[in-house]
Amino acid sequence: MDAVVRFRAAVCLLGRFPALAGVDLDVAPGEIVLLQGPNGAGKTTLLRACAGLVPVTEGQADVLGVDLVADRRPVRPMVGLLGHATGLYDDLTVVENVRFWSKAGRSKRADADAALARLGLDGRLADVPVARLSAGQRRRTALAILVARRPRLWLLDEPHAALDQDGRDLVDGLMADAVAAGATVLFASHELDRAEAVAHRSVTVAGGTVNGLLAGSAQEVPVG
Amino acid sequence: MADLAAESMLRDAAMVVGKDLRLEWRSRVTLSQILPFALLVLILFAFALDPDRRILEEATPGLFWLAVLFSMLLAIQRAYAVETTDGVIDALRLSDLDPAGIFLGKAAGIGLHLLVLEVVLFIGVTVLYGATPHGGLLVVVTMLLATAGLAAAGSLYGVLAAGLRVRDTLLPILMLPVVAPVLIAGTEAFSAAYANSSGDGWKWCGLLAAFSVLYLAIGIFAFEPLLEES
Repeated sequence: MDAVVRFRAAVCLLGRFPALAGVDLDVAPGEIVLLQGPNGAGKTTLLRACAGLVPVTEGQADVLGVDLVADRRPVRPMVGLLGHATGLYDDLTVVENVRFWSKAGRSKRADADAALARLGLDGRLADVPVARLSAGQRRRTALAILVARRPRLWLLDEPHAALDQDGRDLVDGLMADAVAAGATVLFASHELDRAEAVAHRSVTVAGGTVNGLLAGSAQEVPVG
Repeated sequence: MADLAAESMLRDAAMVVGKDLRLEWRSRVTLSQILPFALLVLILFAFALDPDRRILEEATPGLFWLAVLFSMLLAIQRAYAVETTDGVIDALRLSDLDPAGIFLGKAAGIGLHLLVLEVVLFIGVTVLYGATPHGGLLVVVTMLLATAGLAAAGSLYGVLAAGLRVRDTLLPILMLPVVAPVLIAGTEAFSAAYANSSGDGWKWCGLLAAFSVLYLAIGIFAFEPLLEES
């Protein structure tokens, strides 16, 4: 079966500096793959490149059959990205945000409402403006949008960050559910004990620095 | 096929403008900040020119449109501030929304805010400056055409500046020269309406219509690459 993610000597330039240079990576359908590595190694850039948000300027980069070097825009509706930012409107309520972004992803209202329930946001929090939420509650709201949109590839950057114990367990459950439903998950985390427990395998992105002087190359490491 | 694309674009535009109106309803930024600013500008103009009431009355059309342009800058900055916080612009790029629909939705939102501002400013110049127009229809048509052009140009330049750290200071420098034709045509059309010579004013409405059509067309085609770069 074709890889969901296939990078060969892929290069991403942020300004003049290579945030990624020569990344080789394969992710098969149905896998949960952990990206690990120090700060500035290029994990976030790699996830954003897979989402089609940053350009791959050299090499080969195919995600869900889309050649990102040629045109990265077609991949976007098929992926779901949870980054450091949540992408929420502060003055809209939780339910308004989830319904707006679900509709913007061509999902049904029923999917949005089901996602709210799955994330435990259908109770008193539903009508609270996002500006009044804690960081963890904002994260849950962003995850609800992801669940409602049912992406084929989940791209999660530190998905456990800011969440309480229940929230972290929920994230692990969501990843397992996504894979059971036929999706693929690529996520970055520094919480290696928890992340390695849920991942099928891990990949180390190494060699990067904060200022991007050096490049990140992906090196596979077996989990466990 | 083209009908479906147009329908999808308009549906997305309706979604975006609905969301923007809901955001304004919650935050009240236009009502509580931009509107008072616009009225303050009118009052300051009156302070500056009050010793000669005749000049104030004669300058009413120009002062009205200057107040609209200054207020417009704040409305555009607000319209795009909500799209650039906490990764919303990335969420827009990742969405299935038609970029042309986003452009039209943002333009419609800005336009509705501007119309409210213009109505209040019009009442303001009537009360404060004692100026009463004779050509009511010309005033209304001028306002609608000028608003369409300002909103379209504002939506386009708003996204252009959205990704820049210096957007707050750069936007006025980019926008004001571009909308100078609206200032000139709006002022001339209003002057004709106030002078009871509407016939001259309609010619200027033609220029406003051309400006609006031009910027709506440019926006529909150019918004996507600008959103990519923002």
